[in-house]
Amino acid sequence: MTSILTNLFDGVAYGMLLFVLACGLAVTLGLMNFVNLAHGAFAMAGGYVCAVLVNQRGWPFFAGLPLAFVASAAIGAALERILYRHLYARSHLDQVLFSIGLAFMSVAAVDYFMGSSRVFINLPPALEGQLDVFGVGVGRYRLMIIVICGVLTALLQLILARTRFGSRLRAAVDDPRAASGLGINVPQVFAFTFAFGCGLAGLGGALSAEILGLDPYFPLKFMIYFLIVVTVGGSSSITGPFLASLLLGIGDVAGKYYVPKMGPFVIYTIMIVILIWRPNGLFGRTAAR
Amino acid sequence: MFVRVQRLLVAGTLAAASALAPGGVLAQEAVKIGLILPMTGGQASTGKQIDNAVKLYMQQHGDSVAGKKIEVILKDDATLPDNTKRLAQELIVNDKVNIIAGFGITPSALAAAPLATQAKVPEVVMAAGTSIITERSPYIVRTSFTLGQSCTIIADWAVKNGIKKVATLTSDYAPGNDALNFFKEHFVAGGGQIVEEVKVPLQNPDFAPFLQRMKDAKPDAMFVFVPAGQGGSFMKQYAERGLDKAGIKVIGPGDVTDDDLLKDMGDPVIGTVTAHLYSAAHPSAKNKEFVAAYKKAFNQRPGFMAAGGYDGMNLIYEALKKTGGKADGDSLIAAMKGTAWESPRGPISIDPETRDIVQNIYIRKVEKVDGELYNVEFETFNAVKDPGKTKK
Repeated sequence: MTSILTNLFDGVAYGMLLFVLACGLAVTLGLMNFVNLAHGAFAMAGGYVCAVLVNQRGWPFFAGLPLAFVASAAIGAALERILYRHLYARSHLDQVLFSIGLAFMSVAAVDYFMGSSRVFINLPPALEGQLDVFGVGVGRYRLMIIVICGVLTALLQLILARTRFGSRLRAAVDDPRAASGLGINVPQVFAFTFAFGCGLAGLGGALSAEILGLDPYFPLKFMIYFLIVVTVGGSSSITGPFLASLLLGIGDVAGKYYVPKMGPFVIYTIMIVILIWRPNGLFGRTAAR
Repeated sequence: MFVRVQRLLVAGTLAAASALAPGGVLAQEAVKIGLILPMTGGQASTGKQIDNAVKLYMQQHGDSVAGKKIEVILKDDATLPDNTKRLAQELIVNDKVNIIAGFGITPSALAAAPLATQAKVPEVVMAAGTSIITERSPYIVRTSFTLGQSCTIIADWAVKNGIKKVATLTSDYAPGNDALNFFKEHFVAGGGQIVEEVKVPLQNPDFAPFLQRMKDAKPDAMFVFVPAGQGGSFMKQYAERGLDKAGIKVIGPGDVTDDDLLKDMGDPVIGTVTAHLYSAAHPSAKNKEFVAAYKKAFNQRPGFMAAGGYDGMNLIYEALKKTGGKADGDSLIAAMKGTAWESPRGPISIDPETRDIVQNIYIRKVEKVDGELYNVEFETFNAVKDPGKTKK
């Protein structure tokens, strides 16, 4: 019984982490209709920024996390202005080729500057080990992930649904022409959203160093996971990818625990079944676009 | 007039001689070694260690032996066996190398084997550890280790030291399966019981669910083989999940506590018992000198991969000395067979029958020495052959 709860807890933590990593991709893909396969590169950038600050400059871990967000968001904003915006109107194939090229370049660049071995971020002792809650083993680090990611998700949902910026973004997505006719600066809204998504990925990258491992191949290794989250969750809202992340996280952990021989396949099986059942994802809009 | 002509003639012959020299003389004088290593990709740390060790060896022993200049051509296969094969072919055909060496992972070593046979070029395996490799070509010699060597010994040690129930966690590829099978055979034969057996995917992002399964199986110890490089993340999650506090010890071949990564693994790793061929803490004069020189040159500790590369170069040098500089495949292989020497890891030799390495296997425990974590050796099994071959 306790091991079921521990597994559930691990699964939720893993899912939350996937969500923070992938929700930026859900935004660019779903809301802006842009295929950005280099998304993982922004996550990696955040991870390495945090690692350098904490390990080499001696910053506390909790100061490194926001910096990971800021750095990735800044890189995202710069690249959006310089490179990405020229591709919004291009075909998806162009976007895929461009962004996968960017991902490969990021891999080579990080390999060159930081070396190819796996990087760990020094954690404060308070985050190490497990807590014992009524006999259920709860990893402190994973607990922190759940708290941070939970708060972020709630905030995102609030921003999208309740704020003026949220309604502008939704308007710009639904009908860019009408939105700009109403005086909404659509390119600016997109640029900001893109940067924010990159920042979230950077934060996710810093958080995942401990669990998923951070090395120069991060963008390629986890691209598939991000894409699964977005395809299964549907890309028209935040709730879809969120639930998809949780489902995949719990499914993956449970699969590896209960049927270790089949472990790695479980997550793909879930994806295939869901996509056969609902080709637009769990919460996808029916081919409205 | 006459003098002029003579001068011209002299100048002419000199010019002709020097024009011939690069082709004629050098081709005889140089022995080329094609070093194929994973310098990028998942096993890049292996490649770097071996490359470092090869450089260090040549610094210490000079770049010529038996009148031949040694020339090393380094190629990066990015841990992909297809690349290894292509690079080996290019090196043999275009660069006309006399020896191919390196090979970070088993599939790479196997991919190059048919080329070694066909071209009669010795293949010196400096890293890969699956038993079958040396059987794939009569031109393969190994200076690293086989997993059977460490895994059978740790199994025997576990039986003797009152460990009865073991759960196993091994990476799901050839060396992992080798490790598991050798361990299981000896451990079960000695009366031990395997209570749980988990194979983790090689590209595994998260050990958590597998470790939870280990914890719930409540074994006395868990037998772990993950490739060098993954040991760090494994030990971190092992500690995070509280397996150390649950009294589940880690035993296994020494890959999990590779010297390369051990320093940063943190205190939970203290007490881990492994069987392996090399520790940077090996108490011999030869090793102290090796470690000091390696640290000075590359600012880090050598691991067992570095030992494999260093000894591989030594084997090549010794063989060339024996053949008097003859560098064709058959003479080199004949010279390598039976070569014995004192390595930083202890006394080793090349088995003349199997061309595989014979070496001491040490049982070591992770301890803190002068504030740094080291594998401290406390028991020695002398001159261990590859059990994969002695069985037959």
